[in-house]
Amino acid sequence: MAFRSPLGKVRGLGSAKDGTHHWWMQRVTALALIPLTIWFVASVVALIGKDHIAFTAWVKNPLTATLLVLLIAATFHHAQLGVQVVIEDYVHREGVKVTSILVMKGVALVLAGIGIFSVLRIAFGG
Amino acid sequence: MAEFTLPKNSKIKPGKTWPAPAGARRVKKFRVYRWDPDTKENPRLDTYEVDLDQCGPMVLDALIKIKNEIDATLTFRRSCREGVCGSCAMNIDGTNTLACTKYISDVKGDVPVYPLPHMDVVKDLVPDLTNAIAQLAAIEPWLKSKSPPPTRERLQSAEERSKLDGLWECILCFCCTTSCPSYWWNPDRYLGPAVLLQAYRWIADSRDEETGERLDQLEDPFRLYRCHTIMNCSNTCPKGLNPAKAIAETKKLMLARKG
Repeated sequence: MAFRSPLGKVRGLGSAKDGTHHWWMQRVTALALIPLTIWFVASVVALIGKDHIAFTAWVKNPLTATLLVLLIAATFHHAQLGVQVVIEDYVHREGVKVTSILVMKGVALVLAGIGIFSVLRIAFGG
Repeated sequence: MAEFTLPKNSKIKPGKTWPAPAGARRVKKFRVYRWDPDTKENPRLDTYEVDLDQCGPMVLDALIKIKNEIDATLTFRRSCREGVCGSCAMNIDGTNTLACTKYISDVKGDVPVYPLPHMDVVKDLVPDLTNAIAQLAAIEPWLKSKSPPPTRERLQSAEERSKLDGLWECILCFCCTTSCPSYWWNPDRYLGPAVLLQAYRWIADSRDEETGERLDQLEDPFRLYRCHTIMNCSNTCPKGLNPAKAIAETKKLMLARKG
């Protein structure tokens, strides 16, 4: 039995005074991904048929390497922000929710790390 | 977790059919959701055949005719019968709307009538709006001012007043809120489009002096930011309002005060 009033339930723990940054970063990364993705796809299409040396030479270019790092960072940042919202929407058991968000963010971080590390290794001539 | 199937005791079974009187020429079938809390039975879908030649043009006319002449046990809310009270909000032909402003002729074939989606049902077409009304109370929908009370009315320019257009017309029927998947999944924490539109109605009011406090109360990953611009709210609003825009304006103000 619970006798808490409907208003008490709705007011709950109060406002978190948070969420705007998360929402805004989703928009900012989405915006950043438009030119980055177009540039990436166009560049890869231009490299079709070229050999491995030409490809690594392209990555070694400072501008290319920087843009690739930004593309990878923006992609995984955007993805983890979005998937977090999906999990919060649908998963209501607190333990499962927190665990799945942490695991998901960890996976995104590792994948982003591998991607950025790979670009840098080529760029710095590994 | 979100529920993707109905619980066993909510599965809708076929119900009774109430045939049209002999000699009826323009017969329309109304398939109406019925559930009685006093029996242990599952909800059922009753079919009422109504002679449109003996019935007004709106779905509410048909429901009143059914209650008066065919089956007095049918339960629904209605009051003004002209789209200003919001009582007869229900799901007609798959869309939340007001029975009193929905033409029967707008529905091709049989007319399915259900209560507002994803709310507890009190009986038949009457949903339990306790939570939604409490959410409305929680945003304190009245003018709040720090200045000493004036000796006359609080003045507002025509331009300032025009900012309330598209907001004041809301009749709190909760068609929008109950059409919102985000609200279906998180009604305990997400305020829903109707209440967020009301909150913005006071944020946009030039006479209100607690704009910042109002934004503080809304700034929350669930209260406000569960809105994912699905837009069902604006599509379904029987008054033609745009709750999604009010929510977007609120988000813009959240950003504006940051820097």
